[in-house]
This record gives sequence, C-alpha cells and structure tokens, in this order.
Amino acid sequence: MSLQDDVEVLRAIPLFSKIEPAKLKLLAFTSEHLEFEQDEVLFRQGEPGDAAYIILRGSADIVVDTPTGPVTVAHLARNDVVGEIAILCDVPRTATVIAGSGLATLRVGKDAFFNLVTQFPQVGLGIMSELAHRLHQTTVHLTEASARLRQLEQGSGPA
Amino acid sequence: MEPTIFGYIRRHSWKEQMIVLGMTIASFPFLYWSLDLPKTIVNDALGQADQQHNFYGFELDKFGYLFALCGLFLVLVLINGIFKYVINVYAGLVAERMLRRLRYDLYSQILRFPLPHMKRVSSGEIVQMINAETEALGGYIGTALQIPAYQGGTLLVILTFIFVQDPVLGLAAIALYPIQAYLIPKLQRRVNQLGKQRIRQVRRLADRISETVSGVRDLRANDATQYERARMSSELSVVYYIRYRIYILKFLIKFINNFFAQIAPFFFFSIGGYLVLTGNISLGAIVAVLSAHKDLSSPWRELLDYYQLMQDVRIKYDQVVSQFQPRGQIDERRQLDEPTAELSFEGSIEARGVVVRDDDGDALLDNVTLAVPMPSTVAILGPGGGGREELTLVLAGLIPPDSGRVTIGGHDLTQLPDAVLGRKMAFVGFPPFVGSDTIEDNLLMGLRHRPVRPYQPSPEEEKLYRRQLRDTEQAGNSPFDFRADWVDWTLAGVTEEQERLPTIVGILELIQLDADVYMLGLRGTIRHDRFDDLRERLLEVRAAMHERLETDESLARLVERFDPERYNSNATLAENLLFGAPRDDQFQIDRLAEHPYVRRVLDQVGITDELRRVGLALARTMVELFADLPPDHEYYQQFSFIRAEDLPDYQSLVARADPEALDRLDQEDRQRLLALPFRLINSRHRLGLITRELEEKLLEARKVFRENLPPEYAASVAFFEPDAFNDAASVQDNVLFGKIAYGVAQAPVRVATLIRQLLEEAGLRERIIEVGLSFRCGPGGARLSMAQRQKLAMARALIRRPAVLILHEALTAVDAAEQPAMADRVLEAMAGRTVIWSLARADLADKFQQAIMMDKGKIVEAGAQAAEAAPQEADA
Repeated sequence: MSLQDDVEVLRAIPLFSKIEPAKLKLLAFTSEHLEFEQDEVLFRQGEPGDAAYIILRGSADIVVDTPTGPVTVAHLARNDVVGEIAILCDVPRTATVIAGSGLATLRVGKDAFFNLVTQFPQVGLGIMSELAHRLHQTTVHLTEASARLRQLEQGSGPA
Repeated sequence: MEPTIFGYIRRHSWKEQMIVLGMTIASFPFLYWSLDLPKTIVNDALGQADQQHNFYGFELDKFGYLFALCGLFLVLVLINGIFKYVINVYAGLVAERMLRRLRYDLYSQILRFPLPHMKRVSSGEIVQMINAETEALGGYIGTALQIPAYQGGTLLVILTFIFVQDPVLGLAAIALYPIQAYLIPKLQRRVNQLGKQRIRQVRRLADRISETVSGVRDLRANDATQYERARMSSELSVVYYIRYRIYILKFLIKFINNFFAQIAPFFFFSIGGYLVLTGNISLGAIVAVLSAHKDLSSPWRELLDYYQLMQDVRIKYDQVVSQFQPRGQIDERRQLDEPTAELSFEGSIEARGVVVRDDDGDALLDNVTLAVPMPSTVAILGPGGGGREELTLVLAGLIPPDSGRVTIGGHDLTQLPDAVLGRKMAFVGFPPFVGSDTIEDNLLMGLRHRPVRPYQPSPEEEKLYRRQLRDTEQAGNSPFDFRADWVDWTLAGVTEEQERLPTIVGILELIQLDADVYMLGLRGTIRHDRFDDLRERLLEVRAAMHERLETDESLARLVERFDPERYNSNATLAENLLFGAPRDDQFQIDRLAEHPYVRRVLDQVGITDELRRVGLALARTMVELFADLPPDHEYYQQFSFIRAEDLPDYQSLVARADPEALDRLDQEDRQRLLALPFRLINSRHRLGLITRELEEKLLEARKVFRENLPPEYAASVAFFEPDAFNDAASVQDNVLFGKIAYGVAQAPVRVATLIRQLLEEAGLRERIIEVGLSFRCGPGGARLSMAQRQKLAMARALIRRPAVLILHEALTAVDAAEQPAMADRVLEAMAGRTVIWSLARADLADKFQQAIMMDKGKIVEAGAQAAEAAPQEADA
C-alpha cells in the first residue's frame, strides 16, 4: 500500500471529507501504516493510550473485560476510528481491540492526532458528534439496564 | 605544600637547579673569550699586520693569523651556541617535570579536601587554577636559577670586560642602572597588584562559564540568557581594564629600559672618543666596548623581564596554593598509608556527644549520642535537613565531628585511614557519583585500592616503560602504574577467573540492573579482544534466527534480512548502497552525497541524475506537506527530509526545476537534490519513489562501491556479510542481520523478544551483560537515568561485601513500588552484617531491627517500633 492509496481511503471517510488532500497526505505521512493478522491485539484494556487507529481495510472487535469474562461490545469496519478516547482524556484504554481478518490501519500518534484536531475544527466537531452519539447510545443502554435491574429487584422483593 | 614558590623549588628541584647553575658558570669563560677576540683581531691582526704572529706556538703570516683568529671566533660562537642549547633544553625538562609535579600535587590536594569545603569550591575555578595558572609557574621554575645566573653572569662578564678596557667607560655603561633599579620595582609593584586582581577575576570568569554550562537549560527556560550575557560582559569588562592597565605599565617599563639602554652609546662616543683622541685608549678597545655593549642590553632586559616574571609567579603560586589548603584538610597519611594490622570490626559503632556545625556555626548535628551494635540493621528517619545526611556521613567517617567522638569497635573513626574506612565500610549517598568510564569501571571502583598485579610491558615496550617509570618518579607522581591490574577480586569473594562475570551478574540481578545492562549490551558493539569468542557464538545465534524466520511464517514477515543480491525495502537508500555499517564519519549518511568516492560510484553506474530526479520529487512532496507548518513545528524534526530553515530554498528550487532538464540547475541546487534521497526507506515512507529499475541500479552501485573501494576508505565501512560478524554494528543488529519490517503490528517488540529468547537459549545472557558493562556512562553518568545511577552505586557498595553499609537516600529514584522489595534484597544480601540506612520513607522502617528518628539535628525518638513515629513523612 502506498501513501497515495492511504490518502484515497482517508478521503472516503466522512470525518475527513472536508480536509484538503495535502493535509490528509501529511496525516498519512506522519502516521504509521500497520497491518494486523487475525486475532492480533491492537491494544489492551488498561494500557496507557498513545495512539488512535483508523481502519483502512478489514474489521476488528471491541472487547470489554467484565467480571463474567470478555464481552464483545462492538465491531469496527473500514473508515471507523478507534482508540481516540484514551488519548483525548489521558485515561487507560477502556477496551481491548482485536483484529479480524485482513486488518490494515493507520496508527495516528497522540501528537499527530492533536495536531489534526487543533488544525481542523471540523475534524474535532466530527469526533465530538461521534462521541456524543456514543454517549447517547450508552445512556440509552444504561437507562434500559437500570430499568431492568429495578424490575429484577422489585420482582425478588426486599431482602 | 610549601608556602612560597621558592621553597617549593628548593625542595623539589635543588639538584637540577645546581646542574643548570654549574653548566651556566662553565659557559662564562668561553663567553668572555669570544668578547675579547674582536679586540685581538682589530689591534693585532689588523693594527700590527706586518709583524710575525705567534698563534699558540705556530708562526703565522698576517693572512694566516687573521683567518686563524676568525676561525677561532667561529668555534667560540659555536661553543656558546651549544651551551645555550643544552642549558635551555635541560631547563625546559626541569620546567616540565616541576609543572607535572605541581599539577599532581594540587590534584592530590583536591582528594584531601574536607567534604563540607566541596560546597564552597567551584570546579570552574579549580580547573582554571590547575590547568592555566600553573602553566606560567612551570616555565618559571625551569629557569628560576638559570636566567639570573646566565643573564646576570653574562652581564657581569661583559661589564668586567668593559671595566678591564677602561674603568671610566665601565662607569659610563652602568651610570644609569641605579635610576632604573629604583624606578622599575616601583612600577612593578603596581603591575603585581593588578596581576592579583586579574587572577581573581579570571577565576570568577571560569566559574561563571562552568556555571552557565551546567545551567543552560534553566537559563533558557526562564529567558534569562540576556541577563547572563550582560553579566558576562560586565565581568569581561573588568578583566579588560585590568589587562589594559597592566599593558600600559608593562610598556612604560619597557620604554624606560630601552631609553636607558640606548643612551649609553652617547657616553661611549663622547667619553670614549675623547679618550681615543687623547691617546688614552686604543681604537680596538672602543670597537670592542661598543660591540660588548650591544650584547649588554639583551641580558639586562632579560633580567628585568625575569624580575617581572618572578613577581608574577610569586603571586600566582601564593594565590593557587592558598586555595588548595582549606582548613580541616585530611591528613595525607590517612590516604596513602596501608593499614598495618587487620582491624577487627566487632562491638559497636558509637557516637558520643557528636556535634557538626555548618559554616554559620549552626548545629547540623546537636549532641547526638547513639550506639549501633554490630551486626544489626538501623533505619534513620526524619524530615530532610533534619540531620539524617550528616549523621550517616559522620558514621561513615567522611566528615569529622566538630566535637564529640565516633568510634567503631573502640577505634576513633577520625584516626582510621581511608584504607580501612573505604574497604570495611561502604557509603552510598545522594546523588551518587557515577563517572564517565564504563559501567564496569564504576562498579569495580571499590575493588581497586592498590595494584594487585604489576603491569607487564611487552619486550618492545620495555625500554619506554622503564623511562616512563623513571620520569614519573622524578616528577613525584603516583608510584602506582595505572595500567597494572587493580581489581582485587578477593574482596568480592572471587578466587577463580570464571567466577568474575557471574558475580557481577548476580549483583546486578540483586539490584535489578541486569535487564538495563543487558539492553545496553544488545545495543553495544564489540571490538575488544575479550569478546573474540563471542563473535562466533553470535553468528550461530544469527543462523538460528534465520532458521526460525524461515520456518515460522508469522515471524518471517517481521524481518527483512540483508541479502547481497536484493534491495532491502526496510532499509534506507544509503544502507542499501553501502551495504555495511560506517565505522567512522567518512560515510555518515548526511555526507554521502558530497563524498567524492560515492559520487564516482553513482556516476559510474549512471544514476546520479536519476537520484536527483528522486530528490526533486521528494522535495516536491516535502514542500507540499510542510509548507503551512510553522518553522518550529516538531514534525520537521520527526518526519521531514528538509530542515525548516532550508524549506524556502527548496520551495524556490522546486518551482524552478524541470525534471527533464536538471542540468540547467546550478551546481549547488543539483547538490541539494542529490542529498535528499539517501534517507528514503521504501516501506516506511511509502512514496513509491524508488522504482524496480532504480533498485536494480542501486544493487549494481552496491557492487561497484565495494569492488572499487580505495584502500584509504577500507577501514571506514564494515560490509554486511551473511557469514561474518560486523564489528561496527550492534550485537542486536548482528543477530538480526536485517531490518525490522515497517507496517507490521508489534514487529519491534516481537523481534526483540525472539532475539532475547534465542540468546538465552544459546546461554549468552551473561555475555551480553558483559558487553553492556563496557557501556560508557557519559560525564557524571549522564547517559544513565538517576535510578540506574543509584542502582549502580548500590551494586558498587554491595559487590565488595562491606562489614558496614551506610546509605543515605540511596534508592529514592527507583520506582516507588519497587523500593520495598529492593530494600528486602539489600538487607538479605547484608545478612549478618551491619546496615545503617537513612530513609525518607517511614513505611520501610519495620524492615530494620532499630529505627531512629532525627529532627533538627537531634535524635527525637529511638526504638524498634519507629514505623508509626513518623506520621509527617512523605514519600521519596
């Protein structure tokens, strides 16, 4: 894969669609093109986060460790961005990401990522809306879960 | 040291001075004779030419006599010259010897400075004194007697000669000397005072400079550089005016001397002329007096210069030596003497009423009394500045108490020589000292007390070696040979040579420095003879690595091996061209494009223009990518092929250049383009600029480069050979023999793990650590982290198995979570012996048999349960 191919893939990502090609080229040039084999780990839950990954090709699973064992919470496909939370707010990785088949990514280091966000407010906005979207989903899930928990507690009666 | 320079000269070079003096006196008769001869030539050979002449028993005619006398004059000139030469060389030898001795003596004084004094001395000033200020002293010492004797003697001889010719003329010649002798010292005294000021000021300069060097980071961080510049200007201005005034005075002195010297012929012509006219003196005598007087001015000037120099060095010596003899200096014998009897370290370490004061007289330790039974373990706790550090230093015998007594097994600590303290006891303080030598040198510092085995010179060195020994002794330098074997392994409990490395590795493991040194070993190169056998073993590991890569597909894609016949897309273009590692800076990557031989190779293969086109394409990309970035953006450092300050040049170059007509560009532009592509790595930069055809041609260039390499460059590059060890590449690179692939996830980590695994399977872990031991630590150990330095200092103390180990904040930089376990291991290694450990962390105290709480220089609490006694303790 040449740099130019990576740039083409980036241009197709809605988040980056408004950025001029030269800047996308700089992003691709300052990032690392990484290919993973099936089941290889991009990063693990709890590790310090130093980079975000843009999926150029293939797929990956987001897995969260729970007391009852690992649970796959989402699938990632081409054009998805993953791992930005840990570098945005300096917390350890909140989940593990495992490669599916034929995964190729662009690994954007912390500095390059901040550079991108500060230089292009639309990228920041895009990420904000993506995060807000996820937060909304999480809130919905949480509401559902706590409603169900209350039902269960009421069903079993006071202890 | 002697209080004055004259005492120093008398004590250390009396014999040499006498030899100089003897040779000087022996030269005088010839000098007198050579003065007298012109008169004989003028009066006898020319004045009475028609007589027969008797020349030492030979009857000669007028021509024979003239030429015989002239021949004799020539011989005398030669003899005088030889005397001068021999005396100068010998005086120079004495000067160098004395300079060497003086520097050595001053250096020895530093080693005896009391520790509190070290806070007051500036290393800049000390360096200035030992290096620069002694230079003039050495020069003077060599000529201390020679110049007054020779020049004074010459002066006397010439004056005697003049007086013999005519007393009146003699009086005329010296008539003005009293005036000079009165005026000159007066002026000289003012020069001396200025000289003193100058020395002080130059030292301040040296101090300022060395302080700036160590503080550049913070000066910049505070934007204080302009203030420092102004300060330096003002210091320099002080030196400037002092020196200017010295010059004015010096040249005034010179003027007076010259004036009086040149006024003398006035007397000769007037008085002498009158005497000749009245027939009271011969014309020959006047000629001889005039020529003698010409010779008179030079020794007189030399004597006056000497007088100035003598005054100068007298002050310098005084000012230097007084700085090197601080109050409370450690007795020399305590450092030089070997202990006469084995000292028993039994009983206890006791401090009774110990008081230590700082410069202002405040008590740092205030009447401290304690007893530490041996063996036992003691923790000293308390806030920083509460006296913990001073207590450990006093107990280690490194600072003497101002009052009170510290004893060990009944012996007064201040009376024990370093040879006892520095061997039976060990001290690690904060910050620990790590020198610029190798890790091994730093580690074994405590095993090097005296040479164990003398140095054995090879037969061809033998003569030189003996001469060096003699010269060293005559200069009063160290009686021990630096090249001797100094390491006393028995102190580490090692008797067999093959136990040495395992012992070191064991200590490193104990202190958990082994992994770090192992990493340094992997990155290190091996050129030393002692690794001869390791090369073969590493080649075996390389083969094993190759096999693993061949057989395991998931590993194969991690590494691209070097293949002489193939272009390595994970290596730079430069590496592909050289196909070797540069041994020196001849073929450094930045200079390849300018290197005449590289250019010749590229021309021969015919790819120079093509590389320029690649350079142009690369420049276009860089200009496109980086054009909008501010010049100080970190991307330039990390990613750009072009430095920020060069970008505008390339922008205009890219706009001008036509890829099809590069020869229209000027020489400089073409050079610029050619310099760019050497750092290109195909699979990292993914720019697609190096085509298949260019790769083929570069492979051809690789062959041409190697085959035609001129002999003068042969040592500058170590070629990659599948079956040979490359001594310019690191251990790791030799095993890998290739490049870690870009774009493969986790490749560097997985390759490192594989290399480590293979080396361990081959049983080479210890040997790699041995390679790591030869890592040089940098000035002040700067190439190691503080935690590594602390661990190294601790390992240094432990390896010599001291009876008493005294520590002050010795592991503070080590990861806080690691500290308790490490303290356990240190205490375990010291089991059955004594440990006194000053700690900032109260939570470690329960590991010790006894805990002492210090505050404000007093022991506020002592007992076995000290863990709760320090609620205010913060972490290290």
